[in-house]
Amino acid sequence: MNDCPALDDFLRTDPRDVGCAQAMEMLHVYAELVAAGAPAEQQYPGIAAHLRACGPCGEDFAGLLAAVRGEAD
Amino acid sequence: MAMMPVNRMVDETPVTATGLDPESAWWLRVLAETGPPREAALARLHELLVRVARAEAARRGPRVRIAGPELDDLACQAAADALMAVTGKLGQFRGESRFTTWACKFAIFEVSAKIGRHFWRHPAVLLDAEDWDRLPDRFGFEPAREAEWRDLLAALRRAVDDELTARQREVFVAIVLNGVPLDALVLELGSNRNAIYKVLFDARRKLRSVLVANGYLRDDSSRNS
Repeated sequence: MNDCPALDDFLRTDPRDVGCAQAMEMLHVYAELVAAGAPAEQQYPGIAAHLRACGPCGEDFAGLLAAVRGEAD
Repeated sequence: MAMMPVNRMVDETPVTATGLDPESAWWLRVLAETGPPREAALARLHELLVRVARAEAARRGPRVRIAGPELDDLACQAAADALMAVTGKLGQFRGESRFTTWACKFAIFEVSAKIGRHFWRHPAVLLDAEDWDRLPDRFGFEPAREAEWRDLLAALRRAVDDELTARQREVFVAIVLNGVPLDALVLELGSNRNAIYKVLFDARRKLRSVLVANGYLRDDSSRNS
């Protein structure tokens, strides 16, 4: 048995993961919830799971969250 | 883009829209009009989208090695395309967020897409190559402990060759071995982000299952629950 957490984490999939299309569809809603300190992850566990696993969607979320928080100003 | 989640059983999209906040209602009303008020609103919206696209391009620029006028041009094009997307999809705004948040999302998506296109202007990899040597570094395998991970890597390679479909293998090799960004691969394969992610998702699940079955990784499915 090997102890390779990075590879294990990469290969591990979450059945709640909603995929890119649904995450992108709801990204504005999720970003506002997070920015407001609301329990977004509890409300949308499938989107949270996806954003943890998908690099491109995670990047988009980080950018939108920055915009919502006014960091774009 | 196809609207198919990775897990078809999961759908977190609200069915009903909530009430609009006053500012969002103003945006919708004025953008539906004609004449100077609409033109002024479009100019204001464009200004917002340019600001957001520039900030996003600046945030990502260093990692994708784009800077200066090229980066600013990318941001301005992204803002212009986002404005087109927003005005073309006004009827799809359901009031679940502020209108400006919904609009800014398109600026972020356009920056993403344009950075993906930029990758192929100066590609550092070939799609048909297989750079297995990058895996130890990518997954933090220490050279001093090669005796421990050599067998795992060999098993992973066998599983990639023997267990994946041709499409899964193509996507795994491009993204994991060759470091092609997912958005760039989407363009190269004429696909969409959701479809390529799904292919990689299935490949990851299959590979982990094989490695667990053969004793190379722990069967610890409770970690995700």
